[in-house]
Amino acid sequence: MKFLQNIIHSVKPHFEKGGRFEKLYPAFEALETFLFTPGTTTRHGVHIRDAMDLKRTMMTVILALIPPMLFGMWNVGNQHHLAFGMEATMMENFWFGFVKTLPIIIVSYAVGLGVEFVFSVMRGHPVSEGYLVTGLLIPLTLPVTVPLWMVALAAIFCTLLGKEIFGGTGMNFMNPALLARAFLFFAFPAYMSGDIWTDLSPEAGRALVDGYSGATNLVAFDADFHTMASAGDMFWGFEQGSIGETSVAACLIGALILIISGVGSWQIIVSCFLGAWLMGLGLNGLAPADLPNHAMHTPAHYHLLLGGFAFGAVYMATDPVSAAQTDRGKWIYGLLIGAFTVILRVFNPAYPEGVMLSILLMNVFAPLIDHIVVEQHIKKRLKRA
Amino acid sequence: MSVESTSAPVVEEKKKEALFSKKNRRILSDPLDDNNPITVQVLGICSALAVTVQVKPAIIMAIGVTFVTAFSNLIISLIRDSVPGRIRMIVQLIVIALLVTLVDQALKAYMFDISKKLSVFVGLIITNCIVMGRLEAFAMSQKPWPSFLDGIGNGIGYGIILVVVAVFRELFGSGTLMGYKVMPQWAYDMGYVNNGLMMLPPAALFLIGIYIWIQRQRNAKLINVS
Repeated sequence: MKFLQNIIHSVKPHFEKGGRFEKLYPAFEALETFLFTPGTTTRHGVHIRDAMDLKRTMMTVILALIPPMLFGMWNVGNQHHLAFGMEATMMENFWFGFVKTLPIIIVSYAVGLGVEFVFSVMRGHPVSEGYLVTGLLIPLTLPVTVPLWMVALAAIFCTLLGKEIFGGTGMNFMNPALLARAFLFFAFPAYMSGDIWTDLSPEAGRALVDGYSGATNLVAFDADFHTMASAGDMFWGFEQGSIGETSVAACLIGALILIISGVGSWQIIVSCFLGAWLMGLGLNGLAPADLPNHAMHTPAHYHLLLGGFAFGAVYMATDPVSAAQTDRGKWIYGLLIGAFTVILRVFNPAYPEGVMLSILLMNVFAPLIDHIVVEQHIKKRLKRA
Repeated sequence: MSVESTSAPVVEEKKKEALFSKKNRRILSDPLDDNNPITVQVLGICSALAVTVQVKPAIIMAIGVTFVTAFSNLIISLIRDSVPGRIRMIVQLIVIALLVTLVDQALKAYMFDISKKLSVFVGLIITNCIVMGRLEAFAMSQKPWPSFLDGIGNGIGYGIILVVVAVFRELFGSGTLMGYKVMPQWAYDMGYVNNGLMMLPPAALFLIGIYIWIQRQRNAKLINVS
């Protein structure tokens, strides 16, 4: 550590005012504060010191993302070996997934942070930590077979059009990671749906098992919901899907971390689940009796386990920048996300993953919800006065 | 239809003004950049989203709109003094509709396949905000010749954006330009895939947004316009 510190101190003068690389100061500053606590303190004015600064918030979310990530890596290997009918130990599964997933994560971070650095240098503001979470969320929402250049393109797209164009971290009105996924979903549909969820790179002397199907439960559910995996499998995550979203259990561990640390809003998580469940119940009631396989008959609790709903509700909907800010607003926001997710899933087979689109939609509406809530509150108070 | 009025300088009465005096040249060139109908006045967005999937229809559309704006400006400017203020909109619409019908029939007669691609959007030039906007903002109070130049300028300004957006959308969306294959085969062999988003209307919105962004970065004058 001393060694690193010495290097940083020796090159620091070049980046400060009057130095050769004065323009690159934001990039240098980002690296320095990433490695060490800055040696300066605020000198005047009243400040509230809170341990929960942006850096710590982001690190907490990363921490909460680790369970789905680790499980996702294992599941990538598990699905691969299942497809070839091979027996594999837990470590073999995990190692296979690790090797396949790591490049995606590295590309996502390298490209996205690259764009952020370029913009900080151009605009002369410090590099913020906003991308740390986005950079991990993007890979976890993608199938493991996604080509790396598409990941890079998505990372550029979401940092550029999701964030920098509006002024950087904290100014984005949509969740950048979901924007990246939506971009890929619409730009390269062949790589984001269909038989792409399991890595089928050939194994020597092995063929795919008979009756192998690349369809996820989300696709199966549209045709005939009885063919879905059991609720237990879907809860624990033994199914095909994007890297990080299969396991509801892992997402719930993450949710626990987020709620206890106060980083994620429990109102949003709870109301998302509640909204989906209530809408599922409502559709059950309205379902046509003469079509017993219609998706409307799906038991309501299945909607909570299907696809990336849990992942979206826990990690995407709670993004403090793009979510609603008022307490009552959070409930409305979450309930609508859940309800729209179920509606999209059931009535629009073309877009099986409704949670992505419904969170993006509600991101757009969040400021309006807040506005209405605040106006209502003011009106009520005025009436009482 | 929102018609933003732009303050056009009143042409002063002079003995003789050269056809391409400095003022007239400004009228012609302003809409290309500083006062672009799409990126600055934010008019005519709807057709810009719809007809920019390929370059060829975009160029034809641009020519059609230029024709309509130029001649409707000219005609309205010629009759501006004899049109009662209360019914001026109807008169304007009749003139525009006449010209649009001409364009539509010409396209159907000579370029039927393109006409089919542009489908309703030729007919919808009638409701293109640029045409009406320029009539209200410029032609109703200006002499015929500057009005004609203004129409041509705005038509071309609209066309530039259309073609720029269409080049990107066709290149990345289908790998062609003007229908000819541009993306080399080796790129596809290496795993490149056409971008399906570019074929959807939102892509034009993104591209126009980026164009506006770059334009305003370059031209500080525009930042407080809207």
